[in-house]
Amino acid sequence: MATRPRLAVFKFASCDGCQLSLLDAEDELLEFAGAVEIAYFLEATSAIAPGPYDIGLVEGSITTAHDAQRIQDIRAQCRTLITIGACATSGGIQALRNWADTDEFLQAVYASPQYISTLATSTAIADHVRVDFELRGCPINQFQLLEVVGALLQGRTPRVARHAVCLDCKRNGTVCVAVAQGLACLGPITQSGCGALCPGCDRGCYGCFGPALQANPRSLSDQYLATGHGPAQLLPLLRNYNAAATAFREESERIERLAGAGD
Amino acid sequence: MTADPGLIPIGGERRIPSDRLQDLIDLLRQDDYSVVGPTVDQEAIVYDEVTSVDQLPRGWTDEQGPGTYRLARREDDALFGYVVGPHSWKKYLFPPLSTLSAADRTEQGWEMRRVEEAPPKYAFLGVRACELAAIAVQDRVFAGGPYVDPIYSGRRQSAFLIAVNCTQAASTCFCTSMRTGPRCCTGFDLALTELPGEFVIEVGSDRGGTLLARLTTDACSARTLAAAEAARQQAVDQITRRMDTTDIRNVLLTQLEHPRWQETGERCLSCTNCTMVCPTCFCSTVEEVADLKTEHVERQRRWDSCFNPEFSYVHGGLVRNDIRSRYRQWLTHKLASWQDQFGTSGCVGCGRCITWCPVGIDLTEEVAALREKPACP
Repeated sequence: MATRPRLAVFKFASCDGCQLSLLDAEDELLEFAGAVEIAYFLEATSAIAPGPYDIGLVEGSITTAHDAQRIQDIRAQCRTLITIGACATSGGIQALRNWADTDEFLQAVYASPQYISTLATSTAIADHVRVDFELRGCPINQFQLLEVVGALLQGRTPRVARHAVCLDCKRNGTVCVAVAQGLACLGPITQSGCGALCPGCDRGCYGCFGPALQANPRSLSDQYLATGHGPAQLLPLLRNYNAAATAFREESERIERLAGAGD
Repeated sequence: MTADPGLIPIGGERRIPSDRLQDLIDLLRQDDYSVVGPTVDQEAIVYDEVTSVDQLPRGWTDEQGPGTYRLARREDDALFGYVVGPHSWKKYLFPPLSTLSAADRTEQGWEMRRVEEAPPKYAFLGVRACELAAIAVQDRVFAGGPYVDPIYSGRRQSAFLIAVNCTQAASTCFCTSMRTGPRCCTGFDLALTELPGEFVIEVGSDRGGTLLARLTTDACSARTLAAAEAARQQAVDQITRRMDTTDIRNVLLTQLEHPRWQETGERCLSCTNCTMVCPTCFCSTVEEVADLKTEHVERQRRWDSCFNPEFSYVHGGLVRNDIRSRYRQWLTHKLASWQDQFGTSGCVGCGRCITWCPVGIDLTEEVAALREKPACP
């Protein structure tokens, strides 16, 4: 390739774990670095090349007015914009503030809250700018990221499955922890991507990859509510890394209403 | 003509004490079989490779209902005192992931190659009657038509099947409605009936008869044979679930707009569990997997499901774009259009889809509801 596509990686409100997933791809990293020109990636290098960029990877959510402006500038700089991780695609764990009083948090957490300038919400990048592809996960799966970038370089559609985690459990031979152990597992409504990690370790799925395509959370939580799992367990399960993803958010709010009605 | 001393004829029955079952496993292993049988893992009785009878679920049973499965202790030391678990033999005959072909980029262009596997030689220990029926269904699917699946048929041809007659039933079992069990009648090499402290072994094929002749066995007394018959009858008597299969093909295919589909579509998670545990479901997806530089490409086949929304993707969109239509597709295929396609029902009455549905959707209940005329609008 005469000129390699120029890649930039940007960070918003996030833990950096998704960027690290890329740096963690040790076996593929050299190949990756050979396939693209890494023009802007502060997590990896202090060498900064100015835009525009062919591919922009965005980690993190929008939580400040400054970031809301910055993402507009980044969008204008990037031909293809890909958001990576639960924060960028649904607002992340920090979207829990969407149901709370942010000022109260500021008073409780910071010694000098007057220096903090923040929005009342944490929102996904796609709520602010057009996004060309959303890669889910907390953190993302590095192989999916390589697949997405690879597909982009080859001009084809990325192969990123949107079915439920259950299909992966079954391919792995993992016995259903919901049916055999009565655990509240989000697998049936969560998108594949982790390889069904938690059920393979005798734990229910935490929903790190967000709602599966056409997920049916209502039926699942009705089943869990009917079999001894209370709202106090289901609410935090749904309000986790992808709390603000539409299907999870709507269901957690329904459970909250049910619990309120039961008081 | 005298009987061949090296062969016990088909239909012949012999007896071994339970503590000599290990001899059968050893003999199979001597003949280079990987013996796969039931074992306790992940809070369930699953199928895995076994080398010793001590790995079998001695004294364990399963308690099943819609959406629930629990291991439980038995009061005896039965080795096969359970029904069916989350796994089925299809994971060995139709593996969840297979590489079909590969290609490498060379200076002369793409070099394509087949990925041939030497089929593993399995002996399945503990195949239930419904599972024998399921294997017979998949034989038609993968090897019955003009296009024979080489992966399935290679594994199938070398597989040695040791059936076990059920002596109990789960609440989810309905093999009697599907006429697939619980008695193992055909399709096995050997069939065991477990009694306290002993097994009756019936020969189902010449291969089975030859193997059994190499084991030290005893003749069966009339009392043992009667006890085995009574034990098998116990399973029949315990089956309470029924599915009315009368004219089921036409009943289902003329009820495509029944309101029940919508109601069940609202319960169904479309999570794929039923199809994955089903011993006859055979859908797969074939994907090209390339490295970043596209110098090496593999064509991989993976288990897939009609409940995966993207399974029905064709250019432009999803053909079955809601859960209602996916559930309807699955049930009508399984029980109705499967008959047109393969000449049998796709359901063997094992009840796995009932047990392993996280919300406990029960196809026997669905069929009963679909037989009811909907109320006038």
